[in-house]
Amino acid sequence: MTCKSLALAAAFTLTAGFSLAEDITVGTLVLKDPYAFETAKTARAGGAFVRIVNTGSDPDRLLDVRADYPKVQVHETIEKDGIARMQPAGEIDIPAGGMIELKPGGYHIMFMGLKGAQRFSVGETVEATLVFEQAGEVTIDFPVRKRTGGKADMGQMGTMEQGNNASN
Amino acid sequence: MTLSRTTIALVGFVALGAAGLATYTILGPRDPASCAQSQVAGATIGGPFTLVDETGRTVTDRDIITKPSLVYFGYTFCPDVCPTDSARNAEALDLLQSRGIDAQALFISIDPERDTVEQVAEFTDLFHPDMIGLTGSSEQVAAVSKTYKTYFAKQETGDEYYLMDHSTFTYLVLPDLGFVDFFRRDTTPETIANTVACFAEQS
Ligand SMILES: [Cu+2]
Repeated sequence: MTCKSLALAAAFTLTAGFSLAEDITVGTLVLKDPYAFETAKTARAGGAFVRIVNTGSDPDRLLDVRADYPKVQVHETIEKDGIARMQPAGEIDIPAGGMIELKPGGYHIMFMGLKGAQRFSVGETVEATLVFEQAGEVTIDFPVRKRTGGKADMGQMGTMEQGNNASN
Repeated sequence: MTLSRTTIALVGFVALGAAGLATYTILGPRDPASCAQSQVAGATIGGPFTLVDETGRTVTDRDIITKPSLVYFGYTFCPDVCPTDSARNAEALDLLQSRGIDAQALFISIDPERDTVEQVAEFTDLFHPDMIGLTGSSEQVAAVSKTYKTYFAKQETGDEYYLMDHSTFTYLVLPDLGFVDFFRRDTTPETIANTVACFAEQS
């Protein structure tokens, strides 16, 4: 990173409260706005999110995520009747010309078995390798973002009655 | 709410001996129920509990609920739903405090097997100084969950990284009236703050 882009990144940090990573392209896939949330000092789990756009004319599939923690999985949050449940998402289809969004209340990458100094702190990044059926593997950094209040995070949540838009 | 459910709820109030609240509801200067977001069927949610606080001390509801309290049940090994809801509740506290209303939040662990005193203390510190982490024995946690009619269940994975299914409502509990309202996940911090303020200004 050049001095200029560092300054730009710093400006983003000041204005938006977090830094915006550049898009990452792998094959026909574009990975946008990867981030992880900061965790408590003693946290043993953390989550990360990213949008994956398929610009190609063939479907692809997210098969797996690997990272240097004891257990890493893609999870889906399901909400029904006011009860939340996380479960392994399995393989996720990325339609041709479509996208999947890992976001709060939907899919997340879950890092399990954090210990001690592994807590996610603002200013650091979390590295993980995403494995796609067509595009292959890509290792990306998820900048750690501070938790904001409800306004930033709750916009797309389902209601108790609907409880069906957790994964969209 | 249908008329019959309202009637049942009112009968329930009296039958359960919630005479104080019923009297206040009828004779009070304003109806506290008019503050409520949810259509609450009456005094069947909430009540006494015994848990362990962030210092390791055993405490009861009387020790802890000394001001309007947003009560949430979750677990710290939860990277998505619990932190999102806790951040929302923390923001409601900020809004209330900017209006001069003293309130707090409780985060009650439904995963006492992993959630030590230190775990719940550190987790809640991430969100707000006035968010109190509570844990306890599995019996104490089961009892408070039953009292608040919340659901939780362990998904066995055969390792230490198991996941918990759990209710995601936030309950508003007042020192004098007890439980008065609950909020769903999609309730905004502004709505929560306004509701808490409405109740707080009447008591
Ligand atoms: Cu998860």
